[in-house]
Amino acid sequence: MAVQTLIRFDAYADAPEKKYALYMMMLGFSALALGTFFGPLQAFNYGGLDLYPLLKPVFQNYYQGLSLHGVLNAIVFTQLFAQTIMIYLPARELGLRPNMKLAWASFWMALAGLLTAAVPLLLNEASVLYTFYAPLKANWAFYTGAAIFVLSSYISIYVALELWLRWRRANPGKITPLATFMAVTFWLMWFLASLGLVVEMLFLIPWSLGILPGVDPLLMRTLFWYTGHPIVYFWLLPAYTLAYVTLPRLAGGKLVSDPLARLVFVLFLLFSVPVGFHHQFADPGIAPYWKFIHTVLTMMVAVPSLITAFTIAASLEVAGRTNGGKGLLGWITSLPWHNPTVLAFLLGFLAFIPGGAGGIVNASFNLNQNVHNTVWIPGHFHLQVGTLVTMAAMGTAFWLIPHLTGKPLVARGLAVASQWLWFLGMFLMTFALHWMGFLYAIPRRAHIAGSPVAMEAFKESSAWMALNIVSGVILLVAAVLFFYVIFATALQNRREPEKVLGEVPFSEAISKPEGSSLARLTERVGFWFGLAVLLVVLAYGPVLYQMFTNMLPVPGVRLW
Amino acid sequence: MEHQEHVIERYERAWIFFGLAMIAVFIILIGYMMMTMGNTNPVGAGRIDPTKVRTEGEFANPRVEQIGNEYVAYVQAFSFGYLPNEMRFKVGRRVTFYITAPDVQHGFQVENTNINVQVIPGEIAKVSYTFSRPGEYRIICNEYCGIGHANMISKLIVEP
Repeated sequence: MAVQTLIRFDAYADAPEKKYALYMMMLGFSALALGTFFGPLQAFNYGGLDLYPLLKPVFQNYYQGLSLHGVLNAIVFTQLFAQTIMIYLPARELGLRPNMKLAWASFWMALAGLLTAAVPLLLNEASVLYTFYAPLKANWAFYTGAAIFVLSSYISIYVALELWLRWRRANPGKITPLATFMAVTFWLMWFLASLGLVVEMLFLIPWSLGILPGVDPLLMRTLFWYTGHPIVYFWLLPAYTLAYVTLPRLAGGKLVSDPLARLVFVLFLLFSVPVGFHHQFADPGIAPYWKFIHTVLTMMVAVPSLITAFTIAASLEVAGRTNGGKGLLGWITSLPWHNPTVLAFLLGFLAFIPGGAGGIVNASFNLNQNVHNTVWIPGHFHLQVGTLVTMAAMGTAFWLIPHLTGKPLVARGLAVASQWLWFLGMFLMTFALHWMGFLYAIPRRAHIAGSPVAMEAFKESSAWMALNIVSGVILLVAAVLFFYVIFATALQNRREPEKVLGEVPFSEAISKPEGSSLARLTERVGFWFGLAVLLVVLAYGPVLYQMFTNMLPVPGVRLW
Repeated sequence: MEHQEHVIERYERAWIFFGLAMIAVFIILIGYMMMTMGNTNPVGAGRIDPTKVRTEGEFANPRVEQIGNEYVAYVQAFSFGYLPNEMRFKVGRRVTFYITAPDVQHGFQVENTNINVQVIPGEIAKVSYTFSRPGEYRIICNEYCGIGHANMISKLIVEP
């Protein structure tokens, strides 16, 4: 026992940030494991198969399960993964130690918030779904826990910025290394983006405690979507960072352009936030010209993703040709498809292409009318966050857990299989959901399998529904394989540091930042942040001012 | 490598230009279609105290009114249904719906049309549409409104 403790101590003595990163990430994957369990139940629901009666003593209803699925996967897991990657990568890249006291404070605060919010969720006292639209009113502990959880990311913002500024003081005039630059712009974007949710909580917490008699539903909705759209870039950008920084190297090549990668992150800083009205195209109470302005700005956010598609594809081509691939498409087969990390990214990006095209449909003011709040929408975002973002995290876990712990990856073959199955399951499911939403107007987030009325109404789509059941089974198997691999890896006793990646696989760039005027320009982070704030003030200011000065408070109800 | 770098940069610039041009075309098309092709995006038509929706004003009496050649419908979306229970219109006539909710948020989507409204307590939504084909159209609530949400399906009838 004493020896064991000693070994454990030694594993992280020289790098306490490794222990922090490991704990953050494993807490995230634990949340994801529970949240993902409800995923197949969702797919079965849209296949007309209702398994909720079987869960009855533990979980009360479909909407409770769906609330857990949304909150754990999309709020908890994603944020914890960001707090892992966007602290650990810059620390490694700069060779500096983050402020460990604060880093651990963020971990414990996130855990405290998570546990506080988990109590009402597990007791069916907060079955208000991921969007918690007022006037549906949850238990106060749900809002309070969520607020504590989200605010833990503010500590992460401080830790990342302090790390960067420390490096800057020691290296005046030098261009910030790429991963650190990405982390800095990412955290600044999140600070600006999260304000909507923070302000919303200032209403919802007193309201749920009975101090405020009512809240304005449209204002709450608007504040939610102020954060609710940029939050998708909060999910996506850690995946992009890993794709730019580690994927080219893991695939055997180089990143084609470092300056362009910086431009991408500056564009995300500028355009991520002032776009939320595209979730409110169908809302009364917001004038159409404001919605049109947000349409234009939303279209602008497609630009950095289009650039990313080019840069990542070109970097992969360089890798494939370096590996000996010949001809027009030979480089594709020369990529290391057997490497579970590279495989996860390749498949994730493949799914991201139709997902991005669907996103442009959703962002189009008029086309959105046909798909708003139908299952098309979960079809769309399961390609984006459910496939690319999640697969980037899963793929990264395959090297990062061994790197952090010194424990080699267990069952590599199962890791590869889990990624193929995840991709296949998501592809089938999202395909079916898109058509069910578009052709049959089947509503999202509805317990149709438990409603004979709904099953009768939507019976024409039974072929697509069957596809949902198939995908649910495939995804369940994929999830079991994945979680087995990572937990068996992390919990084994074997430490063989010589068999794992000793360092983060940072990629070399072909076109370097030194001497690039674009890289110099992007380095003025304060200026770009100021411009981002200005854009938000212009795109949101007048509407929010009017809403705040004309509030119509509505009392809360519980209808589940 | 030097040569390769220049080739990539040339393609890169072309791709960015293509991307920007594509987005510009999309934005222009959206604006053009909204102006010319019968815009059915809901707009706000004032506000209302949701606690009084059932007792006062136009929505206390949910109904379809024929005014000249057109219809006006005052619709209440509530957990878990719609009032009036059944709406009938003649084909080819313009219908203007005014919709609000007395309790929580709801959806008002009419299948096979472009009508899709987020119904928010406190807000009156207005949307106009001309049904060009007779038949039964389902009205579907597509916003979570409580345990009976999936049952919230109604219909309207367009007569020849």
